[in-house]
Amino acid sequence: MTDTAIETNGLVKVFGDNRAVDGLDLTVPAGAVFGVLGPNGAGKTTAVRMLATLLRPDGGTARVFGHDVMAEADTVRSLVGLTGQYASLDEDMTGRENLILIGRLLGFRHQAARTRAEELLEAFGLTPAGDRLVKNYSGGMRRRLDISATLMNTPRLLFLDEPTTGLDPRSRNQVWDIIRAVVSYGTTVLLTTQYLDEADQLAGRIAVIDHGKLIAEGTPGELKSSVGAGTVNVRLRDAAQRAEAEKILAGVLAAPVIPGPDPVRVTVRVPGHGTERGAAEDAAKALSALAASGIVIDDFSLGQPSLDEVFLALTDHPATPQEDAA
Amino acid sequence: MSSTVTEKTTETTEPVYVPTAEAIGAILDPRARPPRPSALSASLTFGWRAILKIKHVPEQLFDVTAFPIMMTLMFTYLFGGALAGSTTEYLQFLLPGIMVQSVVMTTMYSGIAVNVDIAKGVFDRFKSLPIWRPAAMVGNLLGDVLRYVLASLVITVVGLILGFRPAGGVMGVAAGIGLLVVFSFAFSWIWTMCGLYLRSEKSVMGVSMLVLFPLTFLSNIFVDPSTMPGWLQAFVEINPITRLVAAVRGLMDGNPDMGELTWVFIATVALLAIFGPLTMRAYNRK
Repeated sequence: MTDTAIETNGLVKVFGDNRAVDGLDLTVPAGAVFGVLGPNGAGKTTAVRMLATLLRPDGGTARVFGHDVMAEADTVRSLVGLTGQYASLDEDMTGRENLILIGRLLGFRHQAARTRAEELLEAFGLTPAGDRLVKNYSGGMRRRLDISATLMNTPRLLFLDEPTTGLDPRSRNQVWDIIRAVVSYGTTVLLTTQYLDEADQLAGRIAVIDHGKLIAEGTPGELKSSVGAGTVNVRLRDAAQRAEAEKILAGVLAAPVIPGPDPVRVTVRVPGHGTERGAAEDAAKALSALAASGIVIDDFSLGQPSLDEVFLALTDHPATPQEDAA
Repeated sequence: MSSTVTEKTTETTEPVYVPTAEAIGAILDPRARPPRPSALSASLTFGWRAILKIKHVPEQLFDVTAFPIMMTLMFTYLFGGALAGSTTEYLQFLLPGIMVQSVVMTTMYSGIAVNVDIAKGVFDRFKSLPIWRPAAMVGNLLGDVLRYVLASLVITVVGLILGFRPAGGVMGVAAGIGLLVVFSFAFSWIWTMCGLYLRSEKSVMGVSMLVLFPLTFLSNIFVDPSTMPGWLQAFVEINPITRLVAAVRGLMDGNPDMGELTWVFIATVALLAIFGPLTMRAYNRK
C-alpha cells in the first residue's frame, strides 16, 4: 500500500485566458486530513475536480494512489468520493431513494443497496427524514446526506470541497465531527476551505494556494511560525497606565504595539517566535519589566499568529508581519 | 402552503443529531465495494430514477396526456368535415399521423430535461462514479420511452372513443406504436445533444420548436401531399416524418409497407450512430 494519496506535478487547467490551476505541485500523504486553503477563485475547486476525474487537466500529471487521473480514470473513480460545494443530490427524490440510487450505480444489488442506505441514514441521523424529498431538507441535512452518499462504497480518499460553506454553526460542527470520525478510521480526506480555523481545527497538513499555484505547505504550526511572530496580550487594571505599559513593552520586545479598541488591553508582537530564544522567554522579560514599573496586570496571554495573518502574509500583504519578524 | 408549515414543525421537533465516531466507523467498510455494475444495469438504474421522478412530480405527465388529447380532438373536428366529408372518415387517416406528431413533439422534453438536470450538482456525482458513461443519458431516455408509450396509448384510447377502427387490429396498432417509440428514442438523441450544448432550457425549446413545427406540419400527417404545390411536395417527400407516418399507417392499416419500414429502421440506426456519440462527447466535456 502506498503512503501517498495524491501526487500532482505541474498540474494546469486553463479556462479561456484564465489559468485557474497554474502548475500545481502537491503531495498529499495518506491517512490524514489535508487542507487546501485559498481565497475564492484560487483554483481549489478546479484542482479537486481534476483529481476526481470530473475535469481533464490541460497540462501536468496527477496521480491518486499511484493511478493516473486521465489514463486510469475509472480506477481512480472507484477509489475516491467527492462531496462538492453544492449538494450533489437529486432534489426531487427522497433521501432514501438518493442513497439507493447511488448504491445501485456503485454495483450493490437491490437488497444490499437498501440495507446500505438504511445503515447510512441511521449513522447520519437521517432515518426520520428518509422518506422526505431532499428539496425539503435543511442545509445541514443536505450536507450530511451528501457526505453519506459519498461514503456509500467507503472510498479510500474523500474530497470535501468547502463542505461547511453556508452552514449554521451547529451543522458545521456536525460536519467537523464526521470528518474527524472518517479520518480516524483510515480514510484520507482532502478538504478545501476558505475558513482558516476550519483548516486549523481539522487538517494535519495545509497547502495554501493562490492564483492556481502552491504558495506554502506544512503543518498549521509550521505555517504560523513561517510568518515569524506571535503576540503578547496583557490586560491592565488601570487604563491610565496604558501609555507607560505600551512604552515598556515596545522597548523590551523591540516591536511596535498593535493598536486595538480596548483601553485596558495592549498587544505587542513577540519577535522571538520561531527563533531559538522562543516567544515565552521574551514574554517573561516583558512581564517582569511591567511588574518592576508597578503596572498591574490582570491577565495575559501568548498568542500564535492566526492563520488569517499567515494567509494575508502569504497572499495579498506579504510585507507587514515579515518585517516585524526580521 | 399547509405543507410548508408541517415541514417546519417536523424540523424543530427532530432531536439534534450528534455524530459519533463509532456510528460513522461502523458504516466505513472497505469490503463494501461491490464490482461495478454492467452497462445495462446502470442504464436501468437511471431509468428507475426517471420513473421515480415522474412518481414524485406527476404534473410532468401533463405534456404526454393533455397535449395529445387536445391535438387529436382539435384536428379531427377542425379538418374532418372539410377534408374527408366526415370526422370519423378523417380520423381513420389522421390518427396514426397525429400520434406520430404528438410523440415526436414530446421528444423535445428529453432535451429540456437533460439541460435542467445537468445543471444540477447531482450530475457531478454521476460523473464521478465508475459506471458506463452513457448510462445516465440512456436511462433518462428509457424514462422518456415510457412517456412516449403513455402518449401513444392515450391517443389510441381517444381515437377508439371517437370512432377510430384500425384494420390492423390490436397487433397492427401495437406494432405501429412500437415502431414510433423506437424511432422517437433514436430521435431524442438530437435534443439530448442540444440540451448539453445549449445554454438554457429556453434555447433548447426554441431550437426544437423551430425544427419540429415544420417537420411535423409539412408532412403527410394532415393531408394527402398530392394536393400540395410541387416544391412543397418535394420537401414533404424527403421529410423523415412523412416516411415514419407512412410506415405507422401501414402497420395500423394491416398493410405494412416494407419499403417505408426499412427506411425508418435505417433512419433510427443512423440517428443513434450520429447523435449518440455527439451527445456523449458533449456530456464528457461538461
